[in-house]
Amino acid sequence: MRIPCPLCGTRDRREFYYYGSEDYLKRPSDQGMVEDLDNHLFLRDNPAGVMRDVWYHEAGCGAWMVVTRNTISHEVLGSELVAKQKEA
Amino acid sequence: MRYSGLKVITEGLFGNKGWGPAWRNPTPKAEYDAIIIGGGGHGLSTAYYLAKNHGLTNIAVLEKGYLGSGNIGRNTTIVRANYYMPGNSEFYSHSLKLWEGLEAELNYNVMHSQRGQLILAHSDGQRDTLARRGNAMINQGDDAELWTLDQVKDFAPYLDFAQTRFPIYGGLMHKRGGTARHDAVAWGYARGADRRGVDLIQNCEVTGIDIENGVVRGVQTTRGAIRAKKVGMVVAGRSSQVAAMAGMRLPIESHVLQAFVTEGLKPIIDSVISFGMGHFYISQSDKGGLVFGGDLDFYSSYAARGNLPMVEHVMEAAMTLMPMIGRAKVLRSWGGIMDMTPDGSPVIDKTHVEGLFVDAGWNYGGFKAAPASGWCMAHLMATGESHEVARRFRLDRFRSGHVIDEEATGSQHNLH
Ligand SMILES: Cc1cc2nc3c(=O)[nH]c(=O)nc-3n(C[C@H](O)[C@H](O)[C@H](O)COP(=O)(O)OP(=O)(O)OC[C@H]3O[C@@H](n4cnc5c(N)ncnc54)[C@H](O)[C@@H]3O)c2cc1C
Ligand SMILES: [Zn+2]
Repeated sequence: MRIPCPLCGTRDRREFYYYGSEDYLKRPSDQGMVEDLDNHLFLRDNPAGVMRDVWYHEAGCGAWMVVTRNTISHEVLGSELVAKQKEA
Repeated sequence: MRYSGLKVITEGLFGNKGWGPAWRNPTPKAEYDAIIIGGGGHGLSTAYYLAKNHGLTNIAVLEKGYLGSGNIGRNTTIVRANYYMPGNSEFYSHSLKLWEGLEAELNYNVMHSQRGQLILAHSDGQRDTLARRGNAMINQGDDAELWTLDQVKDFAPYLDFAQTRFPIYGGLMHKRGGTARHDAVAWGYARGADRRGVDLIQNCEVTGIDIENGVVRGVQTTRGAIRAKKVGMVVAGRSSQVAAMAGMRLPIESHVLQAFVTEGLKPIIDSVISFGMGHFYISQSDKGGLVFGGDLDFYSSYAARGNLPMVEHVMEAAMTLMPMIGRAKVLRSWGGIMDMTPDGSPVIDKTHVEGLFVDAGWNYGGFKAAPASGWCMAHLMATGESHEVARRFRLDRFRSGHVIDEEATGSQHNLH
């Protein structure tokens, strides 16, 4: 499995640090209920099939990206910068 | 049919014609008192102890593939009771005691071999941590010995003691630790449960859980609907999918863990050895293969196979620890789907649905847990109360903060 960095191109998986489901990015507000935090921190998406998850190009350009891939076949379908997503 | 040495000899003399199947192949009934989803080690032992300890025999285990097709038949078979944290400590201690009587209990050779497990220390800090862990084990009533470098050298002279990157300072020996034959554990519990009247139903995937007014009524399967008063979800790597059928989200991420075995070699490693620096562990099977593994691949996966970076990493750890292993040829490698919780500890608990129970989150350590997990899950399903050694394995512990972080790496996903 190689990970496509939108800036560097397709790179060795070892250059990336993995953060799990993109739920990671959907941080609840500080005023939120404890249930919101529980949901955010622990009860994340865990799909068998197509998943969107967060990778950090730690040993590369330092970009954060959301990768779309299949957790059953390990097929990687695409990636997008988190920064770009936030703009949109 | 009871198995015995005499039986083996007489069967041998008469052409082995008298062996029957070890369990029946029943068609599912319309209704059971209890259903266990998942025919792995934990599901089968739950069924066994429901029948044996609680007298519930109108029960079924529903398995989507064949019995033992999941992680129970894919692990590196290490059995130990050397946990530190309250919650884990008493639970694994109980499990090891069950292991010690398992073959007599099941009348089945699970090849449980208490050949000892040695964890190596590579720094003063690690040695101190091992001393602390050893004390916790002794306080729990289990065995632990803090070994000096010379003791380690005597015991395992083939380790690389000359290298300076990860020098060996000593180790923690757990003599009652060891290995067992993984498939045999599934088969032994299956046969034991079947003999007590439990229906083991294979090729039967659960596709839905029927709930009415907050009470479980049964399940939908690829072999039709089956009603049940109680349902236990015991599906390891597939826990998130099955729990979703009851509208639940679990604190679980599924990851792939790989394992490796070499060609058969003459006896060389007569215990389990764990490398303290690289998350690497190795033992030798009775057939002679060196069985070893390392870390997760560290990305969510439902593929029962991993990628090459972790293969390389594990081989590097092996070479660092015992360079002689470079002469052995790897025969096979494979992977299993691990149900990882944020703190690395399991869940055995009720759910928000009456009559629906969950046993999950076994991470990469659930083989040794199979006896006690079944024991405690059966207790919970039969009595409605958590068993005393599993009381801390609560589903809501992340929200309440009562996490059991054995590795002390933090209680978030991706840290274990
Ligand atoms: C490579 C590897 C090495 C390991 N090493 C060790 C070790 O050394 N020591 C240790 O203690 N542990 C180890 N483990 C962990 C251990 O194997 C697991 O924690 C344990 O086996 C999980 O419990 P189980 O046996 O019930 O799981 P499984 O055997 O996976 O059982 C779950 C069953 O549920 C079935 N199922 C899933 N969904 C459905 C459905 N919808 N309907 C019906 N059935 C369903 C599956 O087909 C499967 O048979 C290792 C695991 C792996 C993969
Ligand atoms: Zn990059």
